[in-house]
Amino acid sequence: MAATEAFTLVFVGAGAVLFLAGTLGLLRFPDTLSRLHALSKADNLGLGLVVVGLLPQCESVTGALKLVCVWLLAQLSAATASQLIAGAVYRRKPGP
Amino acid sequence: MSLLLDLALVAWLLALALYVTSARGDRDAIVAFIAFGLLLGLGWTRIAALDVALTEAAIGGGVTGMLLLRAEAHLRKRKPGGPSKGVVGKAVTAVACVMVTVGLMLVVLAFPSPAPTLAPAAAAALPATGLGNPVTAVLLAYRALDTLLEKVVLILALIGVWSLAPDGLWGGAPRLRPALVPEPLAYLAQMLPPFGVLIAVYMCWVGADAPGGTFQAGTVLAAMWLLVMLAGLSPEPETRGKALRLTLIAGPALFVAIGFLGFAMAGGFLSYPESIAKPLIVGIEAALTLSIAATLGLLVAGPAQMASGR
Amino acid sequence: MSVAALGPATLFGLCGAALAGIGLFVVITHSGLLRRIVGFNILGAGIFLVFGAVARRGAGAGFGGDPVPQALVITGIVVAFSATALAVALLQRLFDLTGRETLEAAQEHSPRSEA
Repeated sequence: MAATEAFTLVFVGAGAVLFLAGTLGLLRFPDTLSRLHALSKADNLGLGLVVVGLLPQCESVTGALKLVCVWLLAQLSAATASQLIAGAVYRRKPGP
Repeated sequence: MSLLLDLALVAWLLALALYVTSARGDRDAIVAFIAFGLLLGLGWTRIAALDVALTEAAIGGGVTGMLLLRAEAHLRKRKPGGPSKGVVGKAVTAVACVMVTVGLMLVVLAFPSPAPTLAPAAAAALPATGLGNPVTAVLLAYRALDTLLEKVVLILALIGVWSLAPDGLWGGAPRLRPALVPEPLAYLAQMLPPFGVLIAVYMCWVGADAPGGTFQAGTVLAAMWLLVMLAGLSPEPETRGKALRLTLIAGPALFVAIGFLGFAMAGGFLSYPESIAKPLIVGIEAALTLSIAATLGLLVAGPAQMASGR
Repeated sequence: MSVAALGPATLFGLCGAALAGIGLFVVITHSGLLRRIVGFNILGAGIFLVFGAVARRGAGAGFGGDPVPQALVITGIVVAFSATALAVALLQRLFDLTGRETLEAAQEHSPRSEA
């Protein structure tokens, strides 16, 4: 029991740190594209680590499957949103 | 530890609400409101109201957010905001609003103890409905009349929205599709809907026994429909369409029909015969989910903006 | 009474009371109608949260909360959304017809030509 709890603690903790770093980047980076970069790292990897950390706590396999699905769907929407925002930035002022 | 989480949530909710009062642009305020809706969904899970949490996240944060953002884009060309109240007016209003808050807080702190509750009554009647989720049972069995009237309110609101179209466009289609559809959006609109529909069906089905239900499922379906229309993969429907209008009223109509059937079979409006209560409720839920999805989607899409092709 | 003595129900109930006050403030002080609609939604969310506190306190019979107020809140959220949608449509029509997004009476404005 203690081993799975330690596993959860480590992974969810790492995910939280990534979210913190991503948020810091979102607040501190100078332009839209690098802010997006910081944000998508937190979204993809941070959420992934949290999900992995929570997997051992699931009571059933379907529960674990749902968690993984949440991660995949969040990935899909985050990637699309990033692309859309970046596209809007480029259309507004062409060239770097 | 959980108190810390609750306090953080409350602090964020208050901070976002205060930001809405002070934000310079409407768009900033709306983005804050969307975050507010999602955090409020988390807050509802903290007070053991999972069904409400799902509804709040889907409707309060999601669909309302989309509606407001679209409205903001529509008003983009407006003149800078009119004069707001002066300092004195604001101060007087602030005092009045603080008094309202303090009054409500006193009420919250003075709630009677032990709290009055209908939970045991709801639990006692649960086996008769064959359902496992007490909230669904309340919505579709004990207080079914409320739910039915709410559907009528939704339809009335939609009629109100449609009526705001200029005369020449009556019966035409709303416009969702932007002039230029970005490629990633089209991709998402092809990838996501199958999963979205699956999730909606699951939520509707599982709502009988676990958190979920018609509203949440209907909202997810509506979101998928809106996404497909936004990406231009499917044309916006003409509001004069027969099939569309039938879909809109099919759910409430089935609800009313089964309600009247209750007179014959169980001795009262909207009472279900015990042996087939669950199939009836699940059937109503399925029909309602489709109608709710269509209504919510069209409410967001707004009045007709393109003339009818006839 | 210390903060620790408050259960989550009371805490979120108090938060709801504060949100209702803030929402009311937005509705009264802002002249822009879109902002007022947002304020109306915050006001509603606050009232629902107070109601949620009632539901949580009524926990019993093995449920985490009294299902009756919870169901009423769900109904309320949906009705609030339909009211919001109607308000937004009215606002857009007002804007299309007059070019204004406030109800401030009789400023000089040129009516925009309308299709």
